[in-house]
Amino acid sequence: MDVVAPVAMVVPLTTALVLLVLVPLSRRRLVDVVAFAAALATVALTAVLLVRSGDHLVLHWFAGWLPRRGFPVGIDFAVDRIGAGLALLAALLTTAALATSWRYFDDVTPLYSVLVLVFLGAMVAFSYTGDLFNLFVFFELMSVPAYALAGYKVEEEGALQGALNFAVTNSVGAFCTLTGIAFLYGRTGTLSLAAIGRSLAGHHPDGLVIVAFVLVTTGFLVKAAVVPFHFWLADAHAVAPTPICVLFSGVMVGLGVYGVTRVYWTVFSDTITPPHLRGLLVAVGVVTAVIGAVMCLGQHHLKRLLAFSTISHTGIAIAGIGLLDRTSLAGAGIYVLGHGLVKASLFVVTAILVTRLGAFDERRLHGRGRDMRWTAAVWFIGCLGLAGLPPFATSLGKGLIDEGLDHHGWPWLATVLAGSAAATAASAFRAGGHVFLGWGRVEDDQPASAEGEEEQPEVAKDRPTAPVMFAVAALLLMGGLALGLAPRLGHHADVAAGHFVNRPAMAAAVLDGAPLPEPPPMPAAPTGSAERAGVATAAVALLAGGFALSPRRPTAEQLGWAGRIGRAAIEGLRRLHSGHIGDLLAFLTAGVAAFGVLALMAGR
Amino acid sequence: MSIVFFLVAGWLFLAGLYGIVTSRNLVHLVVCLSIVQASTYLTLLGIGYRTHGTVAVLVSIPPGAPFVDPIVASLTLTDVVVSATVTALLLALAVQIHKRTGSVDPDDIVDMRG
Repeated sequence: MDVVAPVAMVVPLTTALVLLVLVPLSRRRLVDVVAFAAALATVALTAVLLVRSGDHLVLHWFAGWLPRRGFPVGIDFAVDRIGAGLALLAALLTTAALATSWRYFDDVTPLYSVLVLVFLGAMVAFSYTGDLFNLFVFFELMSVPAYALAGYKVEEEGALQGALNFAVTNSVGAFCTLTGIAFLYGRTGTLSLAAIGRSLAGHHPDGLVIVAFVLVTTGFLVKAAVVPFHFWLADAHAVAPTPICVLFSGVMVGLGVYGVTRVYWTVFSDTITPPHLRGLLVAVGVVTAVIGAVMCLGQHHLKRLLAFSTISHTGIAIAGIGLLDRTSLAGAGIYVLGHGLVKASLFVVTAILVTRLGAFDERRLHGRGRDMRWTAAVWFIGCLGLAGLPPFATSLGKGLIDEGLDHHGWPWLATVLAGSAAATAASAFRAGGHVFLGWGRVEDDQPASAEGEEEQPEVAKDRPTAPVMFAVAALLLMGGLALGLAPRLGHHADVAAGHFVNRPAMAAAVLDGAPLPEPPPMPAAPTGSAERAGVATAAVALLAGGFALSPRRPTAEQLGWAGRIGRAAIEGLRRLHSGHIGDLLAFLTAGVAAFGVLALMAGR
Repeated sequence: MSIVFFLVAGWLFLAGLYGIVTSRNLVHLVVCLSIVQASTYLTLLGIGYRTHGTVAVLVSIPPGAPFVDPIVASLTLTDVVVSATVTALLLALAVQIHKRTGSVDPDDIVDMRG
């Protein structure tokens, strides 16, 4: 019985509680230090678990209620390598977000740190839990602080609206998940992921099981911001304090992807077998990647630009897990970690820009970042990471996903995904070229009201870059590079994914205490193609970004009919993103219905 | 008997969603969200229901007597706690929105575009 896993959850939650009680007594500096120390301790604990969870499942049965003859009577944490990796990412990014917040806010209440720590504790527990209902509880526990943090700047109308949209859509998604959990409990009489999976295994999926799958995954897909559930994400990112965007984009969205994967492989994989769902999930991922990328191209508000890029990259990860095989899962896992670190670094650069220059719009920041050479370097290298240039971890992840696409007969989709990654990187390049180099012209042909919002800088501007913020941005970026350079990363991810997809062995490990068998070795993949694809994607992104900055860039009018169609398509797409809560829910409802119908057709 | 639970739960879910989509008042919207959540209570309780079953306080009933599933009751209780938190937060947001804009109509506060 391992106690590190529950301690990793308890440390941030208890610290949050203590800070909450001590709030009237405490000074800001003290709260900052205690919260940061708790986050660092969580980093250490989750790192220990990542090491320990190598070839076995780290199990903790709460209050010592061990399973009796294979039937779970208690509630467990079952930590495998993939969950442990995500928990470590959550702890690292929370530490980074807290460090960024020191110099980001002039004035911040201790409640901010309390909310961040609760968020962290819930994310860690969500990654570790082996119980379906607790998955829902921790999902809600991580959602509520996230809603509150998104609306942290209550004095702004936009922040309130963004938080409201975020809270209502994610809550409805969570209710779908809970209904699905109720159905599964009604069918199997247990809430343990392993026991439900064992009970359903080998049966032909009937309507109830398929509907339960659709409902349970809906909540996680809303969190993962999959089209058409993605509308909340850009609003929440645009209004949340920038250090919080580090957590939203870097890890919270990735945890949505993890939720889908975890539930599919532990519960449904031996009843709704992979061939049934593969096409549907891959299509969802690819559509998300493309729509996110197209929306990203049209953004000028840096946080919205990065938010739509997150949607696009999450689409790539969803396509990876949607292939429902071991190699692609390993790739998607690496991709989520690699993208999380790089995106977090880019958000910290955005935080530096706003504390120094007081704006988020690349048109208003045009040329004003010329003297920020090192910050610019972090931004541009981060853009290369988004494009998947080796040795960034995103390159290896994308390469493994490409392999999966190739294996299942959709090699052309790899090009589509690379195209969306290139488009998001090109948008970020263009923004960086405007801000840091002063290249290109500020478009006057864009309707200024399209963004529909006034700039509201969060903090007093015109102060020098805080060294701690720059250090955090650089360290996160180096983390993304170091992960890609880690020796035998591909092998470790492959073994982790091999355990993850072996449902019977995982269930036996949880319920019977059996050791995990070594996954069969995979044939070594042909090397080099991933690197070549990454270099090509980055080159395309650089060219496209340079083209967008070029003074001779033709306007939409000069391109004739193609320009008009393109502009009409983008404008139409933007108009769908109305930000009206009723519209968001209508899309969500239609999306769930369509997902259900397609899954029923595919599953039968 | 049990089918009634699920019919009512389905009705509440859809009615609540319809209410959210068409809402012209944020307080009304939050109540509609609670109605969607109420459907999850009914689904859970409906799954644990047994005809002629009593409350699962096992010391006070004779051995062998049917009782309803206590697990779903505790799940429902947890769900109620979640609901209270989310509702409180959303109502606080609605109050703040009213303070800033003087309106609680979602149509008036659309600030985000594309």
